[in-house]
Amino acid sequence: MDRRDFVRTTTATIGGLSFVGQPRIARAQPSGRDPIRVGLIGCGGRGTGAAVQALSTDQDVQLVAMGDAFADNVENSYRALTEFEDVDLTPRINVPPEHRYSGFDAYERVIPHADVIILATPPGFRPMHFEAAVNAGKHVFMEKPVATDSPGVRRVLESAAKAKADGLNVVVGLQRHYQTIYREWVDRLHAGMIGDITLGRVYWNSGGVWVRDRQPGQTEMEYQMRNWYYFNWLCGDHIVEQHIHNIDVANWVLGGPPARAQGQGGREVRDGLEHGEIFDHHFVEFTYDSGATVLSQCRHMPECMNRVSEAFRGSNGSAPEPGRIMSASGHTLFEYDDAEDPNPYQVEHDELFAAVAGGRFKYTDGENGAIATMTSILGRMATYSGRVVEWDEAMASDLDLMPAHYAWDAPPPVLPDANGRYAIPVPGYTRVL
Amino acid sequence: MPTQHEPTSHASAVRRIVLFSLLSASVPPVATNAQTLQAGEPVTRTIPGTTVSFDMVLLPGGSFRIGSPLDEPGRDEDEGPQRMLTLGPFWMGTTEVTHEMFSVFRDRSLDDDVRADPDHPFDADAVTRPSPPYEDPAHGMGGAGRPATGMTRAAALHFARWISEKTGRLYRLPTEVEWEYACRAGLDDAFGLGVAYQDDAESITNLLLERAWFDANSDGSLRDVGTRAPNRWGLHDMRGNAAEWTLQPYAADRYASLSDGPAAGGEPATSTRGRGVVRGGAFDDDLRHLRCADRFEETSAWKRRDPQVPKSRWWNTDSPHVGLRLVSPERAWSTAEITAYWDAILGAN
Repeated sequence: MDRRDFVRTTTATIGGLSFVGQPRIARAQPSGRDPIRVGLIGCGGRGTGAAVQALSTDQDVQLVAMGDAFADNVENSYRALTEFEDVDLTPRINVPPEHRYSGFDAYERVIPHADVIILATPPGFRPMHFEAAVNAGKHVFMEKPVATDSPGVRRVLESAAKAKADGLNVVVGLQRHYQTIYREWVDRLHAGMIGDITLGRVYWNSGGVWVRDRQPGQTEMEYQMRNWYYFNWLCGDHIVEQHIHNIDVANWVLGGPPARAQGQGGREVRDGLEHGEIFDHHFVEFTYDSGATVLSQCRHMPECMNRVSEAFRGSNGSAPEPGRIMSASGHTLFEYDDAEDPNPYQVEHDELFAAVAGGRFKYTDGENGAIATMTSILGRMATYSGRVVEWDEAMASDLDLMPAHYAWDAPPPVLPDANGRYAIPVPGYTRVL
Repeated sequence: MPTQHEPTSHASAVRRIVLFSLLSASVPPVATNAQTLQAGEPVTRTIPGTTVSFDMVLLPGGSFRIGSPLDEPGRDEDEGPQRMLTLGPFWMGTTEVTHEMFSVFRDRSLDDDVRADPDHPFDADAVTRPSPPYEDPAHGMGGAGRPATGMTRAAALHFARWISEKTGRLYRLPTEVEWEYACRAGLDDAFGLGVAYQDDAESITNLLLERAWFDANSDGSLRDVGTRAPNRWGLHDMRGNAAEWTLQPYAADRYASLSDGPAAGGEPATSTRGRGVVRGGAFDDDLRHLRCADRFEETSAWKRRDPQVPKSRWWNTDSPHVGLRLVSPERAWSTAEITAYWDAILGAN
């Protein structure tokens, strides 16, 4: 059976969603217990997708509150959820209009309604939102990355420690940790199948992502919030926002974060006014205490070589792609076929909600999420500065990218010049610590 | 003539065959009246405002038997009942739509007409263009010379609308009837090979090595279009390389609703809703999916890694093996007819 025959010829259940036949979601809770109440903060496409996954687990789950900076995002998300086609989610959606919140403070109003909070806003807000959820005693699913600067990372680490002390489950959307092919692969690398890891190569080379054009009447704050991918206080640059997935795998395989980084990057192709302040390519050399080197490349340029993957070399073989391990002489030692594996985005929620329903404290992803985020920020610091940046000094940095005040008429931390152009980092000159 | 690659070695090809079962001993090709019919010479057409070109060939009208006989190895139930259908002539692309062709649709900056004239009717406001994909929909296998792949059926339809309006000539996806007629090219054997062959997997594989990119010779990747020998009507890669979107949503009982005789006249209705069907198999498929009669229904698995809801209307995360091929009616359509046709399918632009 090949990967497509499988789904063609069976009544496939992929990622917990039944694609054929009746959905297995029921309103009633046989045990008479109250359903697990879910609050969604950040109602874009990913937040809505995460809500679908939360509502598609085997547990008795209800979505009870939604919040986003923008009211139209909340309404569009609510509509997408209630009209979701693969399975009827409406028995699990109980969000009356008065529990749909918008504005910068929407998160504060969502949190009291729920037992589990989904955090899926642009990452700059994550430290503030995560702290509020943990302080309120809530379990959390949060998307990666979890911050855009060092103060944000430290704030997440503090909240992660508090969540651990308070027995609150935290799952971070670095879904490769919930993907069987990665779990099987990394387990074998940890067991020494290719000896000591000496070299890693990690990639997120793709064509780039969406742009949202400036609209008449928008304040600068609203424009940046809409077109958030291109502003560092919101996004962290694509090395943080996307490439974190692959950098995190390097840390996972090597057992911890690097000691230092140096690298280079710039804006070669994607250089419009609508592209804010971020680079379109980064190449970073991370050095680990073991002596291992990880070469990281990420690029947002159309019509170039595309690759999203990780590869490692060891003293006794290689792991050229996820799921494959080779001996030093080139024999395949391990090859994993993931055709029938569940959707990792769904597994994250299946495991989190099973733990919550069972009253178990099992998931403490907050710390790793913060370390992976910090590693990506370290890479950005290296490419923006052109210098060697030490892990310790990066982690201790007080350079705060976030605005002093959150309001639609407040100035965001970066502003365009008279020509509409934002300051672009200049290697050799830009201060990153 | 396109470059011919060296066939993959006989032994390695045979080793890869796992699914194809051996049934009857020898089946000569069965002639229908279309066997004597010849296609025209390929005509090269260029996308206005670019140097990107593609070849179309006028296929002869004729009759053919759609579907597979009950005893065809690898057959699925949705390949019957067989019907004898008659079609008029129509144009078809000699190759799958290339990366270069689809890129002009994706990226307006590749189109000199649009760049030179901001009020050009094909600027960003008048044309619905794809959003950037989150990851490469071709999984790194695409690029210049390769088939464009990974688009949804809706995106394939929008592409066809765009190229119709840009060229003033109706282009659309083929119906399954048209696709299978073209794949068979007047021949009635399972693979449209048109030669007598021993009906065993090894013999068929050896015949296909020079005629298709499939799991025995592709090395697990899309290949440049037009680099395997064409069928007798000049069509490359009908089998293998990229599987190809067809016009209408999948229906398992599609053929039961057909009658022997002329295939549905005029231009068939369709909609962007419902799961589509792809034909011809792909670079990673075995013999079973390379049969002319094979039908493959779109599955939700092709979007499984899309983390967004609603999922992208333009791109699948996991169908790097699915592309498209264009057909065009023999008769020239007026601009008004073309507009009305696409408005009926996709709504007014």
